[in-house]
Amino acid sequence: MKPAKVVDRIPPSGIRVFFDLVLGMKDVISLGVGEPDFVTPWNVRESAIFALEKGFTSYTSNKGLVELRQEIAKSLSRRYGLDYDPEEEILITVGVSEAFDLAMRAIINKGDKILVPEPAYVSYKPIATLCGGRPISINTSAEKNFKITPSDVSKLCDRDTRALILNYPNNPTGASYSKKELKAISDVVLKKNLIMISDEIYCDLTYDFEHTPFATLPGMKERTIYLNGFSKSYAMTGWRIGYACGPKSLIAAMTKIHQYTMLCASVISQMAAMEALKRGGLSVQEMKREYKRRRTFVIYRLNEIGLACHIPEGAFYAFPSIKKTGLSSLEFSQELLKKEKVAVVPGTAFGSLGEGYLRISYASNMDKLKEALLRIERFVKTL
Amino acid sequence: MKEILEILEHDARATPEEIAKMLGRTPKSVMLDIKKLEKEGVILKYKTIINREISKEDRNDVRALIEVKLTPQKNVGFDHLAERIYQFPEVTSCYLMSGTYDLLVVVEGKNIHTVSGFVSEKLSPMDGVRGTVTHFILKKYKEDGDILKQPERSKRPAISL
Repeated sequence: MKPAKVVDRIPPSGIRVFFDLVLGMKDVISLGVGEPDFVTPWNVRESAIFALEKGFTSYTSNKGLVELRQEIAKSLSRRYGLDYDPEEEILITVGVSEAFDLAMRAIINKGDKILVPEPAYVSYKPIATLCGGRPISINTSAEKNFKITPSDVSKLCDRDTRALILNYPNNPTGASYSKKELKAISDVVLKKNLIMISDEIYCDLTYDFEHTPFATLPGMKERTIYLNGFSKSYAMTGWRIGYACGPKSLIAAMTKIHQYTMLCASVISQMAAMEALKRGGLSVQEMKREYKRRRTFVIYRLNEIGLACHIPEGAFYAFPSIKKTGLSSLEFSQELLKKEKVAVVPGTAFGSLGEGYLRISYASNMDKLKEALLRIERFVKTL
Repeated sequence: MKEILEILEHDARATPEEIAKMLGRTPKSVMLDIKKLEKEGVILKYKTIINREISKEDRNDVRALIEVKLTPQKNVGFDHLAERIYQFPEVTSCYLMSGTYDLLVVVEGKNIHTVSGFVSEKLSPMDGVRGTVTHFILKKYKEDGDILKQPERSKRPAISL
């Protein structure tokens, strides 16, 4: 049987073959991981066990537990002075992945153009396509630290342009934006009457300046869908809890779709997320210091090895260039895996602009990072 | 300085060169800081944490927590007596406590006899010691923040986006 045509239009994950190779191999040192290297703090796990024991096993409100929405509202207000109404402007989703999908479905009319800075997280363009939109790439480059500029955006805008997607700190490049840089972008967003989809899942991992939520910029709250979740800040990737905050009309539209597709996020996970917000568990400051040290170390070593790498301002990824080696991203990654048993993600997993780059995750302990970089050094010397 | 301590506390083997790369400094300046911390006694020494539950070597395998009641002495309070007690090499830790007893003394020995010998022959007869209660440790689960288990395999998939 033939699947729908639109599915044919989204690229098969060519990278899948390489992933299977990695997953089938034993004793690999992996720098290919997109999640924190520790488990969810015990107090959070324990609260989920308690919730189960107490019999919290039902559906929740479509929008998610009201207490959780209230905690999110409180936390955003306290941290950023960003005020959302927990009743009508916050929706709990199954990870940011679902929130992003809902946002796309809620705003795209057939043929609408959606601007996506590249290299980009894997799901943005395919989802936009599935929703009948036309994803338009904004090319970024190592020379500009993989950042977009206001003129990049404005050049690509026309009557059909509906939204801009920005993910900062960025997966895969680690790039992030200062308040000033964001302000400049917001001017264009306003001028071109765009909806802003701001994926800020790595917000707690910003190293060189304070993270600024896009919605806090003047005039942006009413046109921004703010996406965030618990995966990276609380090491809760497998719990699948994210949320979207935004203007009433858009959150209502997203909720409508969510209630038919997902109904609600898992109640156990929502209870756990509540504990995470109320009592945290990890010291975010300590975690940030640890990641920052790893970043500094990894960037230093990569440059020492001869794989030029800009300094990423956030997340836990380095995005070094391997152009000097003459190998393609995939060739480099495959050879490195075979010869030295180190797994990295070829930059091309994040679009064609990722060719010539690797995504190296430093969400691994220092011992592993040291050893992996020694192996990469040895490998590069043989080329 | 604080960050150097944070690094060394988790990994005493981190070299000045490595620490320098983590902090974006020069190895020499890191080395100087470490020397200073050592000299000031902020860094006392570098040790290895051994999981005796797994290790085949039998060394001091028995450990006891001893509650000690003392008669405080004029001018020096408990400090003088504490000093007499903690100088014994059998004593691995010694704390002054609030509550129903005064000192908590941790003692290690080859077997139960060495530990009880120490209590009955050295500790109890000491002037100023009014009484002791000895608790032998049966099993260690966690020590100084480290869970004493064989390292588990990571449950994360080796690659994800």
